[in-house]
Amino acid sequence: MLIKFFIKPRKGVLDPEGRAVAESLRSLGFENVKDVKVGKYIEVYITDIPKEEAEKQAYQMAKKVLVNELIEEYEIEIVES
Amino acid sequence: MRFGIAVYPGSNCDYDTYRIITGILKKEAKFLDYRETKIQNIDCMILPGGFSFGDYLRPGTLAAHTPLTQAVVDFAQGGGIVIGICNGFQILTEAHLLPGALLPNIHGRFICKHQYLKVENDNSIFTKKTKKGQILKIPIAHHDGNYFCDEETLESMEKNGQIILRYCDKDGNISKEANPNGSIQNIAGITNKEGNVFGLMPHPERASESILGSVDGLSILESIIENRL
Repeated sequence: MLIKFFIKPRKGVLDPEGRAVAESLRSLGFENVKDVKVGKYIEVYITDIPKEEAEKQAYQMAKKVLVNELIEEYEIEIVES
Repeated sequence: MRFGIAVYPGSNCDYDTYRIITGILKKEAKFLDYRETKIQNIDCMILPGGFSFGDYLRPGTLAAHTPLTQAVVDFAQGGGIVIGICNGFQILTEAHLLPGALLPNIHGRFICKHQYLKVENDNSIFTKKTKKGQILKIPIAHHDGNYFCDEETLESMEKNGQIILRYCDKDGNISKEANPNGSIQNIAGITNKEGNVFGLMPHPERASESILGSVDGLSILESIIENRL
């Protein structure tokens, strides 16, 4: 069983990496690039448990360590094996 | 007065700090491994600079969840004095001992240079030997020193005198030009509400011997010592 975490800088929080990548893309001719956010993708493999329980655990993992909600926002996806 | 110096995998200012405490200030210091669960016979805990756990996930995050840092949280909640320097500051915010977070520098570059700082509150445990408005020259060396917090937190910190140091120029002007990393309101160092936990991005231990170009960092470490006399 797999939990996927998609983490990115929270709206309104400065993202120098995203800004630098956006500038680079524009300089390569992708002039319609409006904005870029660079985040993180994390895969956590767990033993099989009911999906609801896995979801609950995923949010706990995010809150406790994986995400700093003051500066980041995230989405999760549970993949059953 | 006995200092404890935290050592995480990737700490790299632990020995610099040890040298200043024992060699210059002639006080006792003891290294505490990140797996330790108890802090005993220590008056002040120092979380030194470095790149604990390789800055993996976010700077300071993994260190914040070690047994030693959990013991530091208990120590601080019991009134113990804690100072986090650079990566130590990042650890203290991730451990929720200090409000806010440290984002990547606004320009995306690592900065390593001498920096002027203005003392905003000389009434704290950490600045008793300075004067309000005094300008200190202390080095900074970081990639993630861009202090961020919400408006409400900022207001309450201002009101409680928790903002201790701000980045300024050599004449003491707190301006955008004097802000090296994009920190909100030029914030360089803050305490918690109770005033016993201090986090700062500048490195006082790197400005504690004249051969290093400045001794302004000593005033911070000496303030802690004087407080305990």
